Amino acid sequence: MSDGGGDGRACGTDAAGEPALLPALLEDSAEDLYENAPCGYLSTLMDGQIAKVNRTLLDWLGYRREELVGRRRFADLLTVGGQLYHETHFAPLLRMQGELSGIALELKAADGSRLPVLVTSVVKTGGDGEPLLIRTTVFDARDRRAYEAELLRARQEADRERERLQRLATTLQRTLLPPALEDVPGLEVAAYYHIASVDEVGGDFYDLFPLAADAWGLFLGDVCGKGAAAAAVTSLTRYTLRAAAVYDPDPAAVLGNLNTVLNQNQNGADPRFCTVVFGLLTPDPAAGGFHITLAGGGHPPAVLMRADGSARYLPTPGGQLIGVLPDAHIATTTLRLGPGDTLLLYTDGLTEARTDRSGGRYGDEALLDFARALAPTTASAAVEALRGLLTSLGDGVDDDAALLAITVPRSPATGGGAAGRGGRTPGAS
Amino acid sequence: MTVTGPDGAPAVMLAHGFGCDQNMWRLVVPVLERDFRVVLFDHVGAGRSDLSSWSEERYASLEGYAEDVLEMCAELALGPVVFVGHSVSAMIGVLAAAAEPERFRGLVLLTPSPCYIDDPAAGYRGGFSAEDIEELLASLEANYLGWSATMAPVIMGNPERPELGEELTNSFCRTDPEIARVFARATFLSDNRADLARVRLPTLVAQCSSDAIAPREVGAFVHAQIAGSELVTLSATGHCPQLSAPEATAAAIASFAAGVSR
Repeated sequence: MSDGGGDGRACGTDAAGEPALLPALLEDSAEDLYENAPCGYLSTLMDGQIAKVNRTLLDWLGYRREELVGRRRFADLLTVGGQLYHETHFAPLLRMQGELSGIALELKAADGSRLPVLVTSVVKTGGDGEPLLIRTTVFDARDRRAYEAELLRARQEADRERERLQRLATTLQRTLLPPALEDVPGLEVAAYYHIASVDEVGGDFYDLFPLAADAWGLFLGDVCGKGAAAAAVTSLTRYTLRAAAVYDPDPAAVLGNLNTVLNQNQNGADPRFCTVVFGLLTPDPAAGGFHITLAGGGHPPAVLMRADGSARYLPTPGGQLIGVLPDAHIATTTLRLGPGDTLLLYTDGLTEARTDRSGGRYGDEALLDFARALAPTTASAAVEALRGLLTSLGDGVDDDAALLAITVPRSPATGGGAAGRGGRTPGAS
Repeated sequence: MTVTGPDGAPAVMLAHGFGCDQNMWRLVVPVLERDFRVVLFDHVGAGRSDLSSWSEERYASLEGYAEDVLEMCAELALGPVVFVGHSVSAMIGVLAAAAEPERFRGLVLLTPSPCYIDDPAAGYRGGFSAEDIEELLASLEANYLGWSATMAPVIMGNPERPELGEELTNSFCRTDPEIARVFARATFLSDNRADLARVRLPTLVAQCSSDAIAPREVGAFVHAQIAGSELVTLSATGHCPQLSAPEATAAAIASFAAGVSR
């Protein structure tokens, strides 16, 4: 300290312009700095026994020095939960790495109140490298902990909201799809809906439903966009299609009516378009199987997998996106589905799936090759195989994908559409 | 999972407890690997384990961890092992040994507790209340805010022993808060008192002279419930004698393992 005084005099000479600093610095001895530092100091033996503690920490906790030194361990000052944390994390880490910083703990004051603190500890070693004691600084963290508790609360709130949103999206999605597909005598049906994101409702949809006696309608489509706005358009589209088909089941007329409804409902901020394939199924009792008339509005072509093992696209050329123009051009095609034939409808979530990081897409060619490898097949086998394909594409499927397949079974006895109940709804995926 | 020590020597499997990973054994391994095949691993969810194999369903109870131990024993094919379980892993060992005793020569239960929560009706004192455990969970939560971000530079800035820094950073920063919460619950809310009597193997109960988590009366309880078990009290403070008294801990494990491997 006498050296310090000498420095002080020299300093006083140099700093002649600021004489007021001198007495203040002289007062600030190392001992005073330790005792009355703006943070708590604590030294313990390696077993945690308190060997030294400063005035600041004693004042914070309301203890007298002799109540702690030689009598209590550092862990004794912690809450019970804090002691568990100390024993399972703090002490082992400190032993292994020799220091530890910024650990949030709560100290128990003499009056039972709790003081949130941030603790930093360092192990002091002797000349031979053996650990001698643990030096700890303690910072009052009341304000910071209140802030952190607020952050934590906000994060938990955000987690809960996200869960709620996901539940809502899943529920909404489910209401946009039929819970089970209609039984059609003499037809096997299967469907699958692949959800790309649990956070948002997708815009794909499908249905199969009875019309007049011996006639069924089916459709599959994709509303542009995602989320609540798309869900509203999906709902409008589904009910319009079903209502229009009752009024006039001709597929071109059904899509024409849908076009009129969507077009009249357009507003600039929330465009309402979709692509869709609508089919009218009627049995062919003479030859066995079904006649089907398909009308397409800007939708990817259906795939026909024949009983003879061939596969091809069924283009509906010229069909336009539904809802854009006042008078949409609707293209139709008619064919007969015989025993062993399978018709597959899908949305572009499948063909547009990314297959590599450079942006390559699965594509129409790959799907046709896949179909050729499958044919001849059944609705449920085809949907199962494509479900596997979607799973294998993983994150590459960045849009929802819907599949709807129908097969005329080879033996009439095995019809009935039972496989339709095996079709997946979003809740099951 | 790592295996060191001489080929053909009796195998000793070291299982870490809640909070840390296999680094906990670093001070006893050099002693043990002189005479034993030493098997080290991280429980799924801890340290460098494959986090993708973690599920809340499997690891919400100690049975999931015990099944892992049995699978590892089968995979290792080193013959029956001496299983050393620290803290919660002591009970994981008890469950594994009760299910398939033929996999083990003996058990070392290091600072074990079959039940952390007091059960006054049965006259059992585990040392904690359910509220205390909730407080621990709050401590875990509070430290995840600052933990990964502020710990990493401190630990990595350990120039003398960079390999140490890297291990610890990985060990602690990778502990997913969700996993820690589930493991803490599985650990501190479990009650395996009834499982102790199912152990029919040579067993060493090793406790510390002063341990806030597993007090001496709990060690005595474990000793009393496992027929023929041996109890040693290590002169050590805290819950981790393998760090605070590594020589004594290694010596106790080695002498027990040598005895049952003869």
